[in-house]
Amino acid sequence: MNAIVEKLEKSMLRTDIPVFKPGDTIKVHVRVKEGEKERTQLYEGIVIARRASGMRETITVRRNSYGIGVERVFPLNSAVVEKIDVLRRGRARRAKLFFLRELSGKKARIKEIK
Amino acid sequence: MIEGIIGKKIGMTQILNEKGEALPITIIQAGPCVVVQKRVAEKDGYSCVQIGLVENRTVKGVTKAMKGHFEKHGITQPIRVLREMRIAQGGEVNEGAEFKVDFFEETKMVDVIGVTKGKGFQGVIKRHGFHGGRITHGSMFHRAPGSSGANTYPGEVKKGKKLPGHAGTARKTIKNLRVEKIIKEENLILVRGAVPGPNGGVVIVRKSDFK
Repeated sequence: MNAIVEKLEKSMLRTDIPVFKPGDTIKVHVRVKEGEKERTQLYEGIVIARRASGMRETITVRRNSYGIGVERVFPLNSAVVEKIDVLRRGRARRAKLFFLRELSGKKARIKEIK
Repeated sequence: MIEGIIGKKIGMTQILNEKGEALPITIIQAGPCVVVQKRVAEKDGYSCVQIGLVENRTVKGVTKAMKGHFEKHGITQPIRVLREMRIAQGGEVNEGAEFKVDFFEETKMVDVIGVTKGKGFQGVIKRHGFHGGRITHGSMFHRAPGSSGANTYPGEVKKGKKLPGHAGTARKTIKNLRVEKIIKEENLILVRGAVPGPNGGVVIVRKSDFK
């Protein structure tokens, strides 16, 4: 990549994102705009994938909402993500935890690392 | 003031705005440009200025004739890229004047002129956007140009008929690209959307007349 492009992309990276990996349970503070008003919504779930790198990096967070599996993809460096709290560290043996989609109930748990 | 300045396409990427949206942008290194010569109506038949792109590199292959031209107008460094630019209405420019990217500071929209990438000899689908025929279902008409006209009347293929041929390397103007950001230290202007030509290609960035 061109050095100028690289520099520009680097300048857009956020530094306030904590370290976390697939398998971790996180709480994402999402900025939502409703008409004129803006508020923060909380979205809690397991990180099942981190994709791409640099300013294009996204995370996929899966949660179970009233019995229905929900996955949301967040661009990590976007202003849509206000803040990320890491709640629990999970032990995952692979980078993409897509197998969780097939599992439900007690099986869809991830062991915590203390 | 002049209408625009010369720049170099650096490449495309995305930027994230304060809403969190990713916008497609092209980075153009615009300027610094120096006014080499003023052309006047009395002598040249029309009035404009010749501007040159000042590059931060060793410039080779400038002919003696061109060196003489620069010397005559008091330009010390050799220049490879020269373009003519109209003077904006009611404006006044002097030889030796320098323009940098801050030229676009108050500008919302720009037009970008460049030479598109060469595509070689192309068929009618790529070159003119014909739809072509079906690939399957027994169709035997795929990418051919089709009929080139009627029979006895007019009895000829009309001039300007869209046919296969050389595509690309044409001067194209992309109008009304939004200026997303200006980085003065490196003379960069970030415009929304795509711009003709390869990375490293010379483009002209001018203020758009969009209101």
